[in-house]
Amino acid sequence: MADLIQLVVFVLLVTLFAVPLGGYMARVFGDGPAPGDRFFLPLERAIYRLIGVDPQARMTWRRYATALVVTNFFMMALMYLVLRLQKYLPLNPDGIAAMPPSLAYNTVTSFITNTNWQAYSGETAMSYLGQMLAITYPMFTSAATGIVAAIAFLRALTGVRQDLGNFFVDLVRAHTRLLLPLAFLVALVLVAEGAPQTFQGAAHATTFDGKTQVIPRGPVASLESIKHLGTNGGGYFGANAAHPFENPSPITNLIHMLSMMLIPTSLMFTFGRMIGNRRQAWVLYTAVFLLFLGMWGIVYASEQAGVPAFDAAGITGGNMEGKEVRFGIFGSALFTTVTTAATTGSVDNMHDSLTPLGGFVPMAQMMLNNVFGGVGAGLLNILLYVIMGVFLTGLMVGRTPELFGKKIETKEVKLASVALLVHPLIILAPTATALLLPDATASILNPGSHGLSEVLYAYTSGAANNGSAFAGLDADTVFYNTTIGSVMLLGRFVSIIALLGVAGSLARKTPVSAGAGALRTDTPLFGAVYLIVVLLIGALAFFPALAVGPIAEQLSMWFGA
Amino acid sequence: MVRQAIGISLVLWVITGLLYPAVTTLFAQAFFPHQSNGSLIVDADGTVRGSYRIAQAYSGDGWFHPRPPAKEAYDPLESGGTNLAVAREDYQATVLKRLEAVRRDALDPDLPVPADLVTASGSGLDPDLSIEAARAQVPRISRATGLPEVELNALIDRVAVPRELAIFGEPRVNVNALNEALRARLKALDQRMPPR
Repeated sequence: MADLIQLVVFVLLVTLFAVPLGGYMARVFGDGPAPGDRFFLPLERAIYRLIGVDPQARMTWRRYATALVVTNFFMMALMYLVLRLQKYLPLNPDGIAAMPPSLAYNTVTSFITNTNWQAYSGETAMSYLGQMLAITYPMFTSAATGIVAAIAFLRALTGVRQDLGNFFVDLVRAHTRLLLPLAFLVALVLVAEGAPQTFQGAAHATTFDGKTQVIPRGPVASLESIKHLGTNGGGYFGANAAHPFENPSPITNLIHMLSMMLIPTSLMFTFGRMIGNRRQAWVLYTAVFLLFLGMWGIVYASEQAGVPAFDAAGITGGNMEGKEVRFGIFGSALFTTVTTAATTGSVDNMHDSLTPLGGFVPMAQMMLNNVFGGVGAGLLNILLYVIMGVFLTGLMVGRTPELFGKKIETKEVKLASVALLVHPLIILAPTATALLLPDATASILNPGSHGLSEVLYAYTSGAANNGSAFAGLDADTVFYNTTIGSVMLLGRFVSIIALLGVAGSLARKTPVSAGAGALRTDTPLFGAVYLIVVLLIGALAFFPALAVGPIAEQLSMWFGA
Repeated sequence: MVRQAIGISLVLWVITGLLYPAVTTLFAQAFFPHQSNGSLIVDADGTVRGSYRIAQAYSGDGWFHPRPPAKEAYDPLESGGTNLAVAREDYQATVLKRLEAVRRDALDPDLPVPADLVTASGSGLDPDLSIEAARAQVPRISRATGLPEVELNALIDRVAVPRELAIFGEPRVNVNALNEALRARLKALDQRMPPR
């Protein structure tokens, strides 16, 4: 009962924040005035002058995509420099060494792509300056990159403009109007609840028992807030959001989850406003939320049921291995669902120690990759499946499919298919390769089907730009660092560029008025079509892999093997 | 475009990577100095005993013990869980062995034991126990310290916290705070009693 109340409160809070913030973002990225102009505009104009950007200049989709990729490339270079040189740079009170090249490559690609896969452990491998200039920094910029890519796509859908806007202006405004103020406020709440925020080095304690304990600290809260608001997920510490300093209380656990959901859900309402059809936003929001709740139900029930052998022996309270007392089964199961829905990838419990069916859920959500999805990228993926839904139903009734008054033709479907197919390809191909290489299988911790799940999870997490792990896998090897690193880059930029291509092509089409025979996409019926398309494509691509991984393992735990 | 791309990368580098953490630190230290510095447990004489947020090792029967360690015993430089698959037989055997030990200490071979007392946490540093997990340790501590069980149970009730805002999370008790209170109680008794 207590758990049900927590769930209902959570769903209500998510919706309560998403609707107004969605409206706010529609104004921030719209053509008219936006709230806070008097304060923010002078600041933004100063930045434009400094970097020589004309805020009135508009970009075609090619220019927009190029600016996005080139800027991200330079950001990567800056991050790489910091990681390789952190030993010699200031703000390193605990004397952390420089990061080796393959690990630095993996870390840089991981954070620029909003994945936040971590093959390093923050306590011992990252100086304070590294945490700030190579981690906190891309947590902002990668989130902003995702947001502006989604916004550019929406502009193309609205049909009033031929261009996609100005990448640099959008990027700056995503920081000043949205991410920086929110991150600052959330960080202070996290500190109040017990997250450290200091530049002093580790604390050296003499425990009650007379032993010494070295307690690493640092600017934790300022990283944690943007980590979740930007659906990044990379932890300050190795234990990520299970660490009591990152996530000190049930309240912070709630704030972390709400932060992850905030922008992906809000963008759905931004979308509704920008296309002038709020009903459409509600239909998709409801459909996705139903999928989310179904997924949550599986992991919650499975963790509550726990391990049959323990139940028989008189151990109460479900599977608590890898979970924290303050969150319990509910707070852990919900966090797992949220972090792999919003593709954040932080964990407040260890996914490797979930029951097999519990571990199935995060993997399945990352494979579907659009149960809300990450900041910006999630909305793009949702719209990708909407396009596929419109296309498939169009084929069934034999009409040219239309989306929001624009015809979906060969070019759009081709580009959408590229974005759709690259995802299973970059998950299944490297997983199969890794399983054939003795060096790569040596990294596996747990035997049998669970070991297969560890490798499958790793590439799924990379491709979905999630970043969570079945952390038993020792992924800090040259093979995993480079292959997962490259999977993350492909997972991020291939689909963004393909969808910006769709946007560019749609932007040039003149809207046709919806005829009587046009398929309406803002009805519960289409919501159902959307869900079926998502599940069908997901199952076709991934069911065989899931069957030999978590499903086989769960069956053998139940019935013995 | 390249010049603008470099420019924006540098400007955001300074704003988000330097200014933002610095300003947040200023505010955090001004308003919440205790939490900002890691919620340290400091004795009257200034000795740092640890952090309320971070579990530490307690040897001997006279303390409340935190949850079983995951990697290196309660070393904050090695945070993380065991990552063991719970379907593994060797893992299940380890847990059942812990269960036996708990029941032996409690002198009750049929005691229902909450899962958190016999499993490792996600961080390996979980500072909390469920109320039942603390109660299961009371008989052992009572034998070791001579404090009556009813007094130890009262101590647990005093330190325990309910669900937050009556809704969120689980009821729990902080092991470090519990042991701090236990130590204070034993010290107070020591001073009243004649030297042995």
